Amino acid sequence: MKKEDDMAKQDTSRPARAAGAPDPSRRSLLRGTLAAGGAVAAGLMAGRARAAAPVTSVTPDPLITEVQDWNRYLGGGVDTAPYGLPSEFEADVVRRNVAWLTADTTSSINFTPLHALDGIITPNGVCFERHHGGAAEIDPAQHRLMIHGLVDKPLVFTMADLMRFPRVNRVFFLECAANSGMEWRGSQLNGCQFTHGMIHNVMYTGVPLRLLLEEAGVKPSGKWILAEGADASGMTRSIPLEKALDDCLVAFKMNGEALRAEQGYPVRLVVPGWEGNMWVKWLRRLEVGDKPWQQREETSKYTDLLPTGKARRFTWMMDVKSVITNPSPQAPLSHGKGRTVVTGLAWSGAGTIKRVDVTLDGGRNWHAARIDGPSLDKSLHRFYYEFDWDGSELLLQSRAMDEMGYVQPTKNALRTSRGENSIYHNNGIQTWRVQADGVTENVEVS
Amino acid sequence: MLKFPKAFPMGAATAFAVLFTLSTPVLAAEGAGKSGIERPEGGYGLGREALPEEIDAWDIDIRPDGTGLPEGRGTVAEGEVLFTDNCAMCHGDFGEGVGRWPVLAGGQDTLTNERPEKTIGSYWPFLSTVYDYVRRAMPFGNAKSLTNDNVYAITAYLLYLNDIVTDEDFELSKANFTDIHLPNEANFIDDDRYEEPHWKADAAPCMTDCKPDPVKVTMRARILDVTPDGEGDAIE
Ligand code: HEC
Repeated sequence: MKKEDDMAKQDTSRPARAAGAPDPSRRSLLRGTLAAGGAVAAGLMAGRARAAAPVTSVTPDPLITEVQDWNRYLGGGVDTAPYGLPSEFEADVVRRNVAWLTADTTSSINFTPLHALDGIITPNGVCFERHHGGAAEIDPAQHRLMIHGLVDKPLVFTMADLMRFPRVNRVFFLECAANSGMEWRGSQLNGCQFTHGMIHNVMYTGVPLRLLLEEAGVKPSGKWILAEGADASGMTRSIPLEKALDDCLVAFKMNGEALRAEQGYPVRLVVPGWEGNMWVKWLRRLEVGDKPWQQREETSKYTDLLPTGKARRFTWMMDVKSVITNPSPQAPLSHGKGRTVVTGLAWSGAGTIKRVDVTLDGGRNWHAARIDGPSLDKSLHRFYYEFDWDGSELLLQSRAMDEMGYVQPTKNALRTSRGENSIYHNNGIQTWRVQADGVTENVEVS
Repeated sequence: MLKFPKAFPMGAATAFAVLFTLSTPVLAAEGAGKSGIERPEGGYGLGREALPEEIDAWDIDIRPDGTGLPEGRGTVAEGEVLFTDNCAMCHGDFGEGVGRWPVLAGGQDTLTNERPEKTIGSYWPFLSTVYDYVRRAMPFGNAKSLTNDNVYAITAYLLYLNDIVTDEDFELSKANFTDIHLPNEANFIDDDRYEEPHWKADAAPCMTDCKPDPVKVTMRARILDVTPDGEGDAIE
């Protein structure tokens, strides 16, 4: 009987929590956090609240003194989940979208749950999605990649052809130029998933674009390439040839497995350090030309309007930036005073991160954070700052410096230069206010 | 030249030519060194030659100088009918946008306002982008279904909705296309981010007593929370 129940619980469908499996600890903790004044929608908070269980009991812990179901009955067999999914207790660690931002989910965005991740690699299933005509599903056998224009020999490749070129493995962050774009006019969205979640960091396996262009033979007059997607939006961007020959990849694997459909399966462009929109998914065409094409995504969009009425175009580089992912509004500091770990992410389109500073008092005094894990070119860096929290209010910020020596600016410095209508490239310093009860919110400070 | 590496992606094609003449040898050496890939003599011999018909089928991009424009023509009056049937349910009869669907017309002289309205007439620099984009991506959900003449007519109608042409009998064609300039063309500038005062290479940021007074909260996000009825800027 009992065993059957347990087997029934091995449900592989992701968000479903096993029916009839009460979890009183989870419920009471959730209630506790909400009572503590959590301002964010309950759905966003649920999982993090669970993780924040304070052990206050002085009587023997029944979790230790009593045999639990999982100590006695068998777990799932090796055929339970041919493609493994996270534990059911992680069901709230998902991409989320904000419905009112766009007219329709097929031309929209969702956000990476940064507050629930650690290390530098983003798991494939939670890499944020941005597409302009839905996520195309393309049979690799029916996919073609064409190179033409100012080349000696226009070529068509099948996926099988691409797999016969030498490949490389590189870890790069991809950040949407509009990441943090909602915050130009002031703090707006409560959660680093929403303020900073248009980013992911993945190891790509692919062919250097240089090898494909060399195979076609770029004519000396060739200065630009146009990359085009096979999806319903026919996404296009002009990319200077020099970038294409430098470090761009035509990638078919992410974190070791095939690209996910929403990330451009079977093949996408990788344009390290530059805005995510240029990383054309479902890549089907590369045209070599002598001038940029002035496509919709480099004129109407992805241009940065200044207070003068002028707009910057071809602002490709993603500048030095960082954010504290814990604590943050979706991951409050509910353990009370004492040892506390602050952690976050830092990155720069110009290369590696050489330093991250953290402040607890809104920028009066800064402390060097500890960068841990691989420090790779144009990749996310993980930082930690450990300290003894005295339980008083915190105004947390992080400030990154990249290998070029560029320092992440304040949001107000950016506003002074750019006004509040440039939408893209907001790399300003983020402030989280942690109250004495641990509730954390997105604020701006003096 | 201090800012050279950071300024790598400056916008002007000319600036590129200069920059990359300097940097290409370094990048090339680095590229080979990093990957250790030696290109075989005569190349890889992979893929096959693209046929002219195949290139014609996919090469639908148009440049501001008119490169790529197909033969064809269409009038404002024809465009109005096509737009009403295929586009107005989302973009509105006059391009004013239904609900959160994009606005295509109006907004002239709003770019310096607190809430600028960026449309073909108020913001877009080139007409070629309109033809190119409508042909490749619209109508949303049935892309690449319009004929070349249809797209000329709809483009003419979008010019009319934006007061750039005023005659309903105006006919747009390959022949007169590049004569038309959009009003905001001159207002796009190259990327000069790195001339902003806060970009200082090798700056030594302040570590202690950086602000004279205790820091105060000036704005809280919970006022504008993540709720379906919240107000916010549409994402671009
Ligand atoms: C079902 C709704 C729908 C219909 C019908 C539709 N569009 Fe669109 N249109 C959209 C959406 C959504 C976008 C933005 C797509 C994206 O995410 O990039 C858009 C974008 C555009 C843009 C670019 C707007 C900008 O500011 O960048 C133009 C121009 C346009 N549409 C023209 C047309 C024309 C012409 C038609 C008819 C032939 C049409 N659309 C039909 C939904 C629609």
